[in-house]
Amino acid sequence: MDWSLLLDKSILIFIIFLISLGIAAYATYGERKVAAFLQDRIGPDRAGPFGLLQPIADGVKMFTKEEIIPSASDKILFILGPCLFMMTALMTSAVIPWGKSFNFGGHEFHLQVADLNVGMLYIFAVVSIGGYGIMIGGWASNNKFALLGALRASSQMISYELAMGMSIVAMLLFTNTLSLREIVDGQAGDGNLWNVVRQPLGFIIFLICAFAECNRAPFDLPESESELIGGYHTEFSSMKLGLFLFAEYINMFISSAIIVSLYFGGYHFPWIDGLDLSQNLAAVISVVIFFAKILFFIFFFMWVRWTLPRFRYDQLMNLGWKVLIPLSILNVLATGAWMTFVK
Amino acid sequence: MQLTNRSKVVVKHQLNWVEKLYLPAIATGLSITIKHLFKKSATVKYPEQTREIASVYRGQHVLKRDEKGRENCTACGLCAVACPAEAITMEAAERKKGEEHLYKEEKYAAKYEINMLRCIYCGLCEDACPKDAIYLSDRIVPTAFTRGNFIYGKDMLVESVDASGKVDISKRKKIYDMDAQPKQPLLK
Repeated sequence: MDWSLLLDKSILIFIIFLISLGIAAYATYGERKVAAFLQDRIGPDRAGPFGLLQPIADGVKMFTKEEIIPSASDKILFILGPCLFMMTALMTSAVIPWGKSFNFGGHEFHLQVADLNVGMLYIFAVVSIGGYGIMIGGWASNNKFALLGALRASSQMISYELAMGMSIVAMLLFTNTLSLREIVDGQAGDGNLWNVVRQPLGFIIFLICAFAECNRAPFDLPESESELIGGYHTEFSSMKLGLFLFAEYINMFISSAIIVSLYFGGYHFPWIDGLDLSQNLAAVISVVIFFAKILFFIFFFMWVRWTLPRFRYDQLMNLGWKVLIPLSILNVLATGAWMTFVK
Repeated sequence: MQLTNRSKVVVKHQLNWVEKLYLPAIATGLSITIKHLFKKSATVKYPEQTREIASVYRGQHVLKRDEKGRENCTACGLCAVACPAEAITMEAAERKKGEEHLYKEEKYAAKYEINMLRCIYCGLCEDACPKDAIYLSDRIVPTAFTRGNFIYGKDMLVESVDASGKVDISKRKKIYDMDAQPKQPLLK
């Protein structure tokens, strides 16, 4: 057993855990601020300077609220639901490469918990389990609104994961790997463009599906406050509700990271890579670049939410099955033809 | 017969394939919302900032004293009669010997209450008052946690004797002065 490896990974896991929670917490604040600015308001500004302590106030509120478990619910599943959702949200971050590796006196420190050679498949697998969190939570509530929300969530996930997977297949045709680090590194260097240039259609399909997978507006049908009074988390209160809401923001953060890794060159940036920097400095800069890109996409998620109205359910299914899946298959065919005949 | 040119014929045209993609429309929507990101917000941070109000604003009532510090109100009840919201109640009492420095005339209001939740701040009470006793001021009625706390008695309504507690109603008074003195005398 290599103890230094274990220590490295434990430290990295702990840091990523903290960063995920921190970003999710401040994403709630950011969401409210972005919403406010887009609507010509100010947003939360009472707790601390510019309202920066608002997430802490919200957390304290969530913890001190009364915990209600409906008597007609299945208690074990009721508790399992939010736990599962949160757990899978955090697990996805394991395969994401956060930056170039550090070098401390000859000891390499890789900023990736596990460089799986099936990284993308791992993400798909874990995200699918996340669907169970919503499904179980909604089912165990024994409430018609929660059940409707859970049904919507699961059918939405199934429909959009297909198109999402197909858009990845098209990309695999020329990356020839599922490892996220190799995909990211394949987008840097001479003559290698970001995948968004090579796969514009695939990117749009992936982006739309990512919105649907995160249950974000305009695909927030599983929650839809106005029609399902919160959907799958109608019956949840206190920190169990907090976990659901929180995990959603972590999902948003992780999916932004995945979009950036797959299509926007991850921690690479043209001409910054060309600079002649020491390894550790280059690593720090690469992490900063990666997080800047992620923050842009988190902002994009919010920007879209406060612009577009929610889909109707049949429109959602039409878009998924009749538009996105045929388009993604077409994309695979076109990419395959190009790889075979042109290249 | 066509009277104006304002009516427009609505044409519901079939969407072409670019429009059917919806992506251009979504981009337009996004560009509209992003413009608002840089606009000035319309929010007034209330306790710190206050909105500018009109000089003749009709806010919380004040029961005036005269220059010697005596209450003007004689509890005639005209304000209560004039009040369309029936927000004013009062009880009259007779002035005793030795109270001349407190009340201007022989009769005064022992109890005078205005229900601030009923009040519609129309200003008819000050219109009705023959004794210059009640005025609406530019103060805003503060919030309270119970309905009972919105019933203001004399302790809240009568202005204090010392000069610092005087409520300035000169601007509202001007309206009535202008009414009282028409520019041209009606009868010569």
